[in-house]
Amino acid sequence: MITVAGVTKQFGRRVVLQQLDTQVVSGRVTALVGPNGAGKTTFLKLILGLVRADAGSIAVDGHILDGSPGYRAQIGYMPQMARFPAHLTGRELLTTLASLRPVPAVPDLSLAEAFDLRDAFDRPLGTLSGGTRQKINAVMAFAFTPQLLILDEPTAGLDPLAARVLKDRVLVEREAGKTVLVTSHVLPELEEFADDVLFLADGSAKWQGPARDLKIVTGQHTLERAVAHLLSHRAMLAVA
Amino acid sequence: MTSIAVRLLVPAAREAVRGRWLAGLALALALAGELLIRFGGGGATTVVSLLDIALVVTPLAALVVGTMQVHNAREMTELFLAQPIGRGKLFTGLFLGTALPLAAALTIGLLAPFAWHGLFATPIAGTLIALGGVTCALALIGSALAFVIALNADDRVRALGIALAAWLVGAVLWDGVILLVTMLIGGRGVDTALLIALALNPIDLSRVLLLLGTDAAALFGYTGAVVQHTLGTAAGRAVLIAALALWLALPLWLAARTFKKKDF
Repeated sequence: MITVAGVTKQFGRRVVLQQLDTQVVSGRVTALVGPNGAGKTTFLKLILGLVRADAGSIAVDGHILDGSPGYRAQIGYMPQMARFPAHLTGRELLTTLASLRPVPAVPDLSLAEAFDLRDAFDRPLGTLSGGTRQKINAVMAFAFTPQLLILDEPTAGLDPLAARVLKDRVLVEREAGKTVLVTSHVLPELEEFADDVLFLADGSAKWQGPARDLKIVTGQHTLERAVAHLLSHRAMLAVA
Repeated sequence: MTSIAVRLLVPAAREAVRGRWLAGLALALALAGELLIRFGGGGATTVVSLLDIALVVTPLAALVVGTMQVHNAREMTELFLAQPIGRGKLFTGLFLGTALPLAAALTIGLLAPFAWHGLFATPIAGTLIALGGVTCALALIGSALAFVIALNADDRVRALGIALAAWLVGAVLWDGVILLVTMLIGGRGVDTALLIALALNPIDLSRVLLLLGTDAAALFGYTGAVVQHTLGTAAGRAVLIAALALWLALPLWLAARTFKKKDF
C-alpha cells in the first residue's frame, strides 16, 4: 500500500503536484493515466525518493519516506526510455545492482530468457538498439523479486512480441500478489491488466477507482474511451 | 559502508576508462613529455616546462572531462538512486569512480616518458615524484569542482561553459590580476596580500609547492624571494598542503550537499 498525503512538488515556478492525496492498493495493478505533463513520472520518482516532496508525506507499506534507502529493496523500477552507461554491459550492470542489495541476491534472469537476450547481455549497452535496451531495463526491474513494481512506459520501443512477454510477466506478478504501478500511453494494453485507474491532472488525483467503475461512470466501453472522456471533461471533474 | 562505495566505484570507473577520453588525454600528455625530453634534454629546465604543462592542462582536463562525465553518468546515477543505497555512499562511489581514473590517466601520461627514459634514476627523481603528487591533487580538486558545477547546472553546455570559465580564472586571469595589483600597490603589505591571493588559487598553491622543492624559486625574483622566505620551511610546506587539502574538502562538501538534496 502506498499512501500519499498532501504532497506538493514544484520545479522552479512550475507546480507539478498540488496537495495530492491518493492511495495505491497492494496486490493490484494500478494504471496511472493523465495528460502529458500531469506529473506522472514525478509521482513515480517521489515514491522512489529520486525527487523529494516540498510538502506532504508518502508511505510505502507503512514506511514513511524520510531519505533512508532500505525500503527500495522491495521496489523494482523501470524508468522511462532508459539510457544506460554506454560502455558497460547489461550483465555488469546487473551484477553491480545485485551487489548493492542488503541481502546478497542472485538475479532472476527468467525474463531475459523469455526475451531471448543472451548475447545482447554481454555487449556494451551503447551499441544496443533502443528496444533491446528497454528489454534489459525490464530484466533489471524484475530481477530481485520486488513486492512493488513501478513501470514507466514499459512497452515503449518494444516490438509486439516483446511487449506480449512483458505483459504476461506483469500478469504473473499480479497473480503472485505483487503491487504494480504502471503508466502507459497505450491504453488498450493497460486495459489488459489494469485493476485500478488513477487519473492525474493539473497536479492532483481527479479520479481513482476500479477500471470497471470508470467505464460505467463515463458510459464508455473501453478504457481508452473512458480516459479520453475524463481528459475532455476534467474541468467538470475539478468542480465535482 | 565503504564497500558499497567501492562496488559503485567499479562500474563508474569502468565506464570512464572505456570511454576514449582518458586514454587520449594520457597519450597527448605522454607525447608532450616525450617531445620535451627529446628537445630539452631531460634536465631541470625540462622539469620546469613540464610543470607548466601540468599546472595548465591538469585543471583544464579535470574540469572539462569531469563535468562531462557527471552529465554522462546521469542515467547511471538515476538507476543507482532507485536501489536500496543511501545518497552519501552513491556520491562517494561516483566521485571516486570519476576522479581516480582521471587522476591516474593524467599522472601516468605526464610521467610515463620520464620513466621510459630512465629519468627516475637521476637527481630529478624527487621533483618528478612531487610533480606526480601535485598532478594527482589538482586532478582531484578539479574533479570536485566539476561535480559542484555539473550538479548545479543541469544544462550540459552551460556546465561546460562554467567549467571553462573557472579554469580561465584560475590558470590565466588570476596571475594577471595579482601582477596588476602588486604593481599598483607596491611597497609594504604586498607580501601578505600576495600570500592570501596565492592561497585562494589551487594552481598557484601547487606551483609554489613545487618550486620550493627546486632551486628555481630564486629565479622568480621578488615573489620567489617572499615565498621562499615565508614558506620555504617544513611548516610553510605543511600550510600549503593543508590549503590544497581544503581546496579538495570544500568543493567535495558542497557537491555532496547538492547531491543529497537534488531532484533527479
